[in-house]
Amino acid sequence: MTSLQKKLWLGLFIMAGLTPLGLILPELFNAGDAWGEWGTETLEKLIGYIPEGLKKMAEIWKAPFPDYNISGEEESLAKRAIFYIISGIIGLAMVGGVVYLISKIGIKNER
Amino acid sequence: MHIPDGYLSPQTYLPLYGASIAFWAMALKKFRKELPAKNIPYLAMAAAFSFLIMMFNIPAPGGTTGHAGGAGIIAIILGPWTAVIAISVVLIIQAIIFGDGGITALGANCFNMAVVNVFISYWIFRLLSKSFSGNSRLSLAAFVAGYLGLTGAALITALEFGIQPLIAQSPDGRPLYAPYPLSIAIPAMAIEHLFLFSIIEGIITALLVRYFYKHEAQLIYALKSKGG
Repeated sequence: MTSLQKKLWLGLFIMAGLTPLGLILPELFNAGDAWGEWGTETLEKLIGYIPEGLKKMAEIWKAPFPDYNISGEEESLAKRAIFYIISGIIGLAMVGGVVYLISKIGIKNER
Repeated sequence: MHIPDGYLSPQTYLPLYGASIAFWAMALKKFRKELPAKNIPYLAMAAAFSFLIMMFNIPAPGGTTGHAGGAGIIAIILGPWTAVIAISVVLIIQAIIFGDGGITALGANCFNMAVVNVFISYWIFRLLSKSFSGNSRLSLAAFVAGYLGLTGAALITALEFGIQPLIAQSPDGRPLYAPYPLSIAIPAMAIEHLFLFSIIEGIITALLVRYFYKHEAQLIYALKSKGG
């Protein structure tokens, strides 16, 4: 590993440690979902009903760790912050691993 | 910008799956030829970076949030086809494992962020970095590339949301999927990106291009003469 690569990995782990900012800042300012990404309950509050097609499809997939919360339950902000970091590390490892595998299988270019 | 399940009609998400699959096929072919084996660690880091940067939700006035995505910087450093792979893998993991973005909407999300954003950023950077020279010009080119790439992705996403009420309605005339028309979706998405999220994306893109230019300039794909 080159020294630049070591620095970049270090940077990524520091980023993972700082991810709870992305959880805490929106709560401080009372901001919720991104525009157009509301859950069905929030959408019902916004427009007064849940569109029929949307209702049918909304729950089509149950993700193991919804909202980057590995406990899957409502927890205190401090706990969610820790789960958020763990999700970040899981995500970092998974995406890094998957692209690495794709490359290993795919790349023949040894330049 | 991660469209959840239920917001897009099948008439929208199926063609967009088709478009993304076409780009994936092309990207797999291209990146096998183009990515040097020594750059594989950078690809893994790029995907990890994109995943993490998307976790930094930024509150916007009006009670919504958004985030940068890193598609532009990855396209500039590793090339657009490699970026298509990196961002798509991020979006697939986010959807399957973390429920961020829908499964039915995955094709659309990949098209918006892993294709539209990537190619806008890449070509704008190529164009601007060629016409200018010097360090600060390079940063400016990177800023504009990041800024317009994310904004373009936001606009195409808003377009997909906004056409839903036109495409599918229940017998009583209510929208079946995303409920807001173009006249609301486009300004809502455009304003928060033009004035906040895309600015942050632009700054991140510029800072990282500067960093790589200083430390490993020969790595930067978009500055090589052969084009892509």
